[in-house]
Amino acid sequence: MDLAIAGMLTVDGLTNGAIYALLGLATVMVFAVTRVIFIPQGEFVAFGALTLAMLQSQFIPGTVWLLLLLAILAALLETAQGWREAWPGMRLVRSVASLLAFPLLACLLAIWLAPKDLPLWADAVLSLALVTPMGPLLYRLAYQSLESSTPLVLLIVSVGVHFALTGLALVFFGPEGYRNPSFWADVFNLGPVPVSGQALIIFFTTLVLIVGLWFFFDRTLYGKALRATAINRTGARLMGISSHTAGQLTFTLAAFIGALSGLLIGPTTTVLFDSGFIIGLKGFVAAVIAGLSSYPGALVVALGVGLVESFSSFWASAFKEVLVFALILPALWLRSGRTGEDDEDH
Amino acid sequence: MKLKITLLASILGASLSSVALADINIGVSLSLTGPGAALGAPMNTQLQSFPKTLGGEKVNLIILDDASDPGKAAQNARRFVSQDKVDIIFGSCLTPTSASITPIAAEAKTVQISGAPVGAPPEAEPFLFRLPQGFDVMAHAMMEHIKSKGIKTLGFIGYADGYGEGWLKAMQPRLETAGIKLVDVERFARTDTSVTPQALKLVAAKPDAILVVASGSVAAMPEIALRERGFKGIMYQTHGAVGPNLVRIGGKAVEGTFVVSGPATAAEELPDSHPSKKASIDFVRSFEAIAGKGQKNQFAGHSYDFAVVMEKAVPLAMKKAKPGTAEFRVALRDTLETMGRTVLSHGVMNWSKTDHWGYTNETGIMTVVQNGEFRVVK
Repeated sequence: MDLAIAGMLTVDGLTNGAIYALLGLATVMVFAVTRVIFIPQGEFVAFGALTLAMLQSQFIPGTVWLLLLLAILAALLETAQGWREAWPGMRLVRSVASLLAFPLLACLLAIWLAPKDLPLWADAVLSLALVTPMGPLLYRLAYQSLESSTPLVLLIVSVGVHFALTGLALVFFGPEGYRNPSFWADVFNLGPVPVSGQALIIFFTTLVLIVGLWFFFDRTLYGKALRATAINRTGARLMGISSHTAGQLTFTLAAFIGALSGLLIGPTTTVLFDSGFIIGLKGFVAAVIAGLSSYPGALVVALGVGLVESFSSFWASAFKEVLVFALILPALWLRSGRTGEDDEDH
Repeated sequence: MKLKITLLASILGASLSSVALADINIGVSLSLTGPGAALGAPMNTQLQSFPKTLGGEKVNLIILDDASDPGKAAQNARRFVSQDKVDIIFGSCLTPTSASITPIAAEAKTVQISGAPVGAPPEAEPFLFRLPQGFDVMAHAMMEHIKSKGIKTLGFIGYADGYGEGWLKAMQPRLETAGIKLVDVERFARTDTSVTPQALKLVAAKPDAILVVASGSVAAMPEIALRERGFKGIMYQTHGAVGPNLVRIGGKAVEGTFVVSGPATAAEELPDSHPSKKASIDFVRSFEAIAGKGQKNQFAGHSYDFAVVMEKAVPLAMKKAKPGTAEFRVALRDTLETMGRTVLSHGVMNWSKTDHWGYTNETGIMTVVQNGEFRVVK
């Protein structure tokens, strides 16, 4: 192996690593605020990429029907709860409307715009608008009523949600894969190493998002409320921070990050309805090694996972996944020795 | 609640098992969900045009989804033989799911016709028949072309699963006898985010040609990566890649790729002298009437061929025994072994007592991607 090949492998590894980093950050964030180990994080990746692909070929994407389905189910659940707890009429109408408003708007917009020949960026924005509202709806449907359960129960719910979403994705997107056009097809030469415009976009977006997240958590009221919930749920509730709102907000962010990762990775690989799981799992590995608590830790480990994956594909492609997932064992072993006395539940 | 479910289940069960005895019951287990859905779904679509009667008897198709899961496939098979008492089992479309049906079918002395090229232990072999071409048949066609191109070195990138392994095993001895060097063997998985590292290594090994072993829309991924990394040599793809998706995803990168194929998907292109021409044109017409223009694919062809086989075998077997009986199931097996040459859309099938694969080496044909379409190499 010469330096040029090592350089290309590094770029390839870091590009994928940046995607894993985004998913790892989302996983850490969701766990910190809600204590949900969010296995279906990767599903949003596939949804984002496939939605964009279908919009590009001017079909109404399956995401529209999936989103409508989730919205209607969530609205029914909300109505049932309101009726059971005898909410005043206005409160019921308001809470159902707040669940339905954005998804319905996004769906109508998509149905109207899908057959038109839009530029790539407009379709990308529309894809984000379709996938992001799934986050809070999922939280409402699957997790909200179980908020105070143990992490184990929430984990099992996550496994169920993962299977349900993969199944629904097959129904709404079909079994075939898609590959999106590149956002920036130019290739630059860094010495002997070619770097594609798409890779630069991936790095840049990851950076912006990380800074954005830092700003959100450190400088805004909502971000601080989420952090308060992450540190002490009961305390935060006593201070008037609704844990429902915190959960839904976190899931909105998680879905947004997932969909964005899907848009970023769509042009570099064939995305299938079930591709998201394994991508999300690698982000999850990074999050776990970082102890499900450290954002910078998850970022660094995710880049490492990307590099290990890239170099092991080169040397021993048949054992690539084995090597990547074997990483998690020694890391867990080391960590379990150190964090055993931690009594906070995140 | 539990009582209700049990009641419902037993009513359902009763209504299912009360299908008239003389009817012909066919158990179909296909991967309609999970990773194998891209294969199972078109096969299921083609079954819509399965004949309603065979030899004057009503046909009941009992179609179950095995979710690409060998355990689920085995469950389906158990249900077929113990509850539905089917006369024959069709499925599955994947090698692992088919393999888990095989021992159960053999134990119940019920014929299994598999849509996947699956091997079997000797004791299960008598009741297992395959519709797809074996790796050997396809590798033969590919080797003929490789030799004619004067290729001296070959690179290989394939799925890290049974399909990739089967092809590698079939190619290795043939390459050795032909004196062609296999310079690099790489693996990848269908959900991989990048095959750039494997492409780099393949390009560095400088082979004259590279064989990609993958299926459908994923098969284009290594080709795109290889072309991006400056590979200029000849590319080969296997019959798993035949279909509109290779071209849809691959675009310019797959132009000029040689793809080995069964005759079914090359219907109109076949020379008039090819025995399967009529059958494959008929298949394409019947499938595209349901699924839409340009959707023809390898796997749906197996469902078509299954119907052809049943239309020939069932009336013959009915002369020996009544459907629904153990004698009929064995008679069906004997008929399949002795009924002789059957022209299918995928080639000419000639199962015998000793050969349950049945296709001859002339079955595989070589096609080339030209302007986004598969053309038969003359």
